[in-house]
Amino acid sequence: MIDVQNVHKIFYAPHEIKALTDVTVKIDAGEVVVVIGPSGSGKSTFLRCLNHLETADQGRIFIEGVDILDHNTNIDEIRAEVGMVFQSFNLFPHKTVKENVSLAQRVVRKRATQEAQQRTETLLTKVGIEEKANVYPAQLSGGQQQRVAIARALAMDPKIMLFDEPTSALDPEMIGEVLDVMKTLAREGMTMVVVTHEMGFAREVADRVIFMDAGRIVEIGTPEHFFTDPSHDRTKIFLSQIL
Amino acid sequence: MEEQLTKKQIRFWSTSYFVILFFLIAGFVLATSQISYSWRWSVVPTYFFSQETIEVKSEIEGEVLSIEPAGKNTRIVIKGDDGNRESYEAPTEEILAAEGDLIFAGDTLATYQEWRPGLLLLGLMMTIKVSIYAIIIGILLGIIGGIGRISANPAARWFAYTYVELIRGTPLLVQIFIWYYIGSTLVNQLFSQYGGFEIPALWYGVIALAIFTGAYVTEIVRSGLQSINVGQTEAARSLGMTHFQSLRYIIMPQAMRRILPPLAGQFISLIKDSSLLGIIAIRELTKATREAVTTSFASFELFFTCAALYLVLTFTLSLFVQYLERRMGTS
Repeated sequence: MIDVQNVHKIFYAPHEIKALTDVTVKIDAGEVVVVIGPSGSGKSTFLRCLNHLETADQGRIFIEGVDILDHNTNIDEIRAEVGMVFQSFNLFPHKTVKENVSLAQRVVRKRATQEAQQRTETLLTKVGIEEKANVYPAQLSGGQQQRVAIARALAMDPKIMLFDEPTSALDPEMIGEVLDVMKTLAREGMTMVVVTHEMGFAREVADRVIFMDAGRIVEIGTPEHFFTDPSHDRTKIFLSQIL
Repeated sequence: MEEQLTKKQIRFWSTSYFVILFFLIAGFVLATSQISYSWRWSVVPTYFFSQETIEVKSEIEGEVLSIEPAGKNTRIVIKGDDGNRESYEAPTEEILAAEGDLIFAGDTLATYQEWRPGLLLLGLMMTIKVSIYAIIIGILLGIIGGIGRISANPAARWFAYTYVELIRGTPLLVQIFIWYYIGSTLVNQLFSQYGGFEIPALWYGVIALAIFTGAYVTEIVRSGLQSINVGQTEAARSLGMTHFQSLRYIIMPQAMRRILPPLAGQFISLIKDSSLLGIIAIRELTKATREAVTTSFASFELFFTCAALYLVLTFTLSLFVQYLERRMGTS
């Protein structure tokens, strides 16, 4: 489903940082992969490379067998298949909740208004926010906004969902409601790559955990292996700091 | 720390404002009386509307055959000496001819009064017309330029940058001369080689103003687009929207709200700058006023009226923009 081969990425501004060094990983359909690591370890950059919000300098990335770094690939078509949820929600403030979810359905998927509306209602019910359909994002709590953002991404019927620290900007009491939606998605078999600091989520939901540090993948393994018997010292130090 | 005033001080200074204003105006009126300027406000309305007497004249020589009503008008038929018939129509106000009269070519058959728009009104309409055209073209140029300024394409970026610097760095008056003298010479001479039709001066004026305004609007649009959080673009693109779609549906609508106040200021400038177009023979409000002054010598009254008319235009525009802002703000 996702095949990342020897990806390198360097940021030059404000100063040179090797964000990703020789990252290689394969993610299967239906798998839930949680990426953890200290801040600045390249987790988000890795995630953003997967839908080409960042361009990898070297290496190859295949989404469902399509080379997304190839100039002949229509990246907009790939992105429609890869949903993304951001730390800061990034809802469209000038559109109502309903319009946030239905806009791309009409513009990108070319769905008829009524079809888009039905899909929107279904999804808003799914994330438990149907009664706020006609409200603007500014009137919602952080947790509600993030659930709308998830519904917006799901509206494209993506094959893969990327989550970039979806609960980091939330007040503690709202984290649960967002994680619940993500757990439901995982149960339904969605392929998910989740960058998060929620170790409980990783332990409970992840099929595999990727630990990154200084732009490299240090360790990949099952949650049991990762939390109980990590192979690398760096992982042990990190776990001792956060647990 | 903001300065604090007592209630007494506030009352004193608010009264002072009106007193000072009163003395300024009184002083001006007094000064004009010293130079024995005779105020003739009564001539001003005639420069908005004036009544003109129209004379209907016969073009042939002959006899008035019949005079009969035709709706609101009266039809006068004249039988020429050579047997031709000519008929004239005029509003039934004052018919001078009578049936059977002998008429010579050039005789007045009837007269009537007609309201005609005066110089100031014509000038005002011209100013509004030029401003509206220039605002529309200026917005288009500004949107294209603003998107160009932040484009990844170096050609688009450099063209937009060159445009802005070139236009903002030279006086509008010089630009108007360049468009009118150089532009029109080139275009009209080229056209005259292939059929000889001329573009009226009006359009050189509109183009000069639009291009001038477009440069400023470009910068306003650019800063508006850049003020929108990059996360908005990322969210739109990650849904599969193209660059154009994310601009059209996500970035532009949000930028528009922030752009509106500076845009209004720019368009108010444009209305005022249109007064420069008089120098290329476009009879807009200022030029019309000057013409009116030369025929009436009521220079004080007319120039005050002219200024007041500009104020009406600019104030209306700023009220309209305030209304738009309120409407967009609530949605």
